[in-house]
Amino acid sequence: MTQWTGTWRLVRHALRRDRIVLPVWMAGVIGLSAAVVAAEVAMYATAAERENGAAFGAANVFTRIMDGPASGTTLGAISMVEAMQKLAIFVALMSAQAVVRHTRQDEETGRAELIGSGVVGRQARLTAALIVAVGASVIVGAGVSLALMGHGLPVEGSLASGAALAGIGACFAAVAGVAAQVSTTQRGANGLAGAALGVAFLLRAVGDAAGTVAASGVELISAWPSWLSPLGWGQQMRVFHQDNWGVLWLFGVLFVGLVAAAYALANRRDMGAGLLAARKGPVSASRGLLSPWGLAVRLHRWPLVAWGAALGITGVSFGSMGETMEQFADENPQYADFLLRIAPGASIGELYFALIFGFIAVAASGYTIQALLRMRAEEASGRLEPILSTAVGRTEWLASHGRIAVGGTVALMVVCGGAAALSNGVASGDFGAGWGVMSAAVVQIPAVLALGGFVFAAFALTPRWAGPLSWAALAGSFVVGQFGDLLKLPQAVVNLSPFTHVPAVPAETLAMVPVVVLLGVAAVFVGIGIAGFRRRDLAIAA
Amino acid sequence: MEAAIITTDLVKRYGKTVALDGLDLTVSEGEIHGFLGPNGSGKSTTIRILLGLLRADAGEVTLLGGNPWRDAVTLHRRLAYVPGDVNLWPNLSGGEAIDLLSSLRGGIERKRRDEMIERFQLDPSKRCSSYSKGNRQKVAIVAAFASDVDLYLLDEPTSGLDPLMEAVFQDVVKEQVGQGRTALLSSHILAEAETLCDRVSIIRKGAIVQTGTLDEMRHLTRTSIHVHTARPVRGMEGRAGIHDLVIDEEGATFEVDAENLGDVLAELTAFGVQALTSSPPTLEDLFLRHYGDELAMLAGKGGAS
Repeated sequence: MTQWTGTWRLVRHALRRDRIVLPVWMAGVIGLSAAVVAAEVAMYATAAERENGAAFGAANVFTRIMDGPASGTTLGAISMVEAMQKLAIFVALMSAQAVVRHTRQDEETGRAELIGSGVVGRQARLTAALIVAVGASVIVGAGVSLALMGHGLPVEGSLASGAALAGIGACFAAVAGVAAQVSTTQRGANGLAGAALGVAFLLRAVGDAAGTVAASGVELISAWPSWLSPLGWGQQMRVFHQDNWGVLWLFGVLFVGLVAAAYALANRRDMGAGLLAARKGPVSASRGLLSPWGLAVRLHRWPLVAWGAALGITGVSFGSMGETMEQFADENPQYADFLLRIAPGASIGELYFALIFGFIAVAASGYTIQALLRMRAEEASGRLEPILSTAVGRTEWLASHGRIAVGGTVALMVVCGGAAALSNGVASGDFGAGWGVMSAAVVQIPAVLALGGFVFAAFALTPRWAGPLSWAALAGSFVVGQFGDLLKLPQAVVNLSPFTHVPAVPAETLAMVPVVVLLGVAAVFVGIGIAGFRRRDLAIAA
Repeated sequence: MEAAIITTDLVKRYGKTVALDGLDLTVSEGEIHGFLGPNGSGKSTTIRILLGLLRADAGEVTLLGGNPWRDAVTLHRRLAYVPGDVNLWPNLSGGEAIDLLSSLRGGIERKRRDEMIERFQLDPSKRCSSYSKGNRQKVAIVAAFASDVDLYLLDEPTSGLDPLMEAVFQDVVKEQVGQGRTALLSSHILAEAETLCDRVSIIRKGAIVQTGTLDEMRHLTRTSIHVHTARPVRGMEGRAGIHDLVIDEEGATFEVDAENLGDVLAELTAFGVQALTSSPPTLEDLFLRHYGDELAMLAGKGGAS
């Protein structure tokens, strides 16, 4: 067992490093589950209301995509259909990032070498990282179980809900374990794990959208793609409805398989290296590289291409469902009424695209934040210092990264909107609606840029806190968008999210005031950021 | 002589820690100025203020006649910086990084660049991610010397180089400064400063404790003498300028202040000198004079534990 020597010491070390970040994650997820269940309990007082709610959820393609399959009429089932998907995404992110933090980040910074030279086995670091991440997932699962029981929900369903979340956390810990072997950088490994999460979401969304309503009318039978996704498995456990404990085996098999793959990969490669052998590069630079802009393009191009591919696929998937939505509303006038309350007189397809791009825009902000935080990575790693010691001014350097983040954001939303417009046209045979679909994507850009402005200013004013503040802002926008109404958050809090203010184009006419205000907010943040960065010390290790 | 760098009463604080505490440093044009002190004494902080990357809390800085914070971009066209800890973009090749850094400074001199790559035996086609610390440092050094500038700011530039490359580095610095350029070389390798520098400044706890040419400094220190004599040495005890005297039957070993050296030697001849070895004060001795108390404290601590 010498391969694992020192694992427990590394676990203790990792827990010490994570003594703030992990508790914050865990408290956030458990708190969110408690709040959602409390809201659902208050909302569904009678059996008739629950019956209606479940039937609506089973029939509504939009809730099928966002929340997953309806699973009966118990209070617990209705609550967890609402909450499971979002909680699972948070648990997966917490767990994957923890694994990358303790594997690839350590290797990239050279800390791992120091550790590896001690009495530490070859697989000890990976194992320790997995233990920490799986442990945190189990604690979150237990916390959620307790929160559910605290609201008087049945014990078995509560335990099953916690087990599902723990299983998802464990699977994404293992996904990150593999990603950390394949990629040579922390950013790359986190990107791969994030991409895997995106694929899992998409498979589940497609599977549930294509599902059929069971004879009871309050349950959705998902199509097969949902069964390819760990996010889907959590919902196929049908907590508080059937409590299918057998699904846990799927998590177990995937976890063991991925961990075995990660160990095998780790055995095959050298410390610090990835799987792709280092190729030789050019002896001298091409003309295009020799400017701050050229360098920024070089640093940003592959992540942008990857995001473009992901959002293009997302656009195609959701675009092709627009047609189904129309048919569905014809068959379910109750559902049509619900949607039309948002924008009377609009078509169902238009409302669908307005809503779905509100969600996609929050996901695409992940790109904007990642691109802007690249500046912090350059600064913290000491790569900014030699650049600013040449004849490159601070504003010029900010502009080189900022322009790419803005241009990339616009390009991504246009690509996603264009892909959705085309696939909607192919599915319906009517390409005329394409401009409307496109406008639903484009109208979100000012909100993403306002969030980006916040990130930019955070980097300039509090460089060491830029990362946590930025991701917290994104998580906040996500929670407000998904649960704002349900949790009855005060309007002042809901208004903090830029996405609250985006007009529901193409269902509504384009209101210019919010668009201009959002762009104005972005501009003010950028102004503050430039002024702040020009005045501050570089934050580098002394 | 014009001054390339003048700092007066420079102060930099990080919270409660005082990194620079009234630092006065003057570097004349055309000299190699050694900037000596151990880790954490404030060398890098000073250099980063000179580069306008950090802002001084108090005091005056003039660099090449300008203000390094306000005129950073114009001044940077005229200087090149080699950091002590060089970090590069993992997916750029060494050659690309060199071209990038030197062209951002104002332009590449292709011939000089190729010559430097040759002299430092760097493989420019390798990715920066696969370079060792020494090779990353070479990238920064080559990029610095491939540019036509007036001033080099070198922050422990040889800490990762092997002795052969250190010698090449010293040759290159001498050549460049011979052409009228100026260099500020921070180091804790005293031998390097001794072979290269015209003048040195010793920094301690954020302030310069001594500055001058090596000759000037040597006057302030002692030469150590070991002498064999025909007759036992007498009457030297307690004499002005003599320290650590040990007398045995064959002669004596002691240290003598520079100003008393002549008198002492004259006196020694009376005892029939058979052999004499003397060693001049080294930078190390100078350094230890300023840091001796710290060493003694460290040794004391070590002994106690």
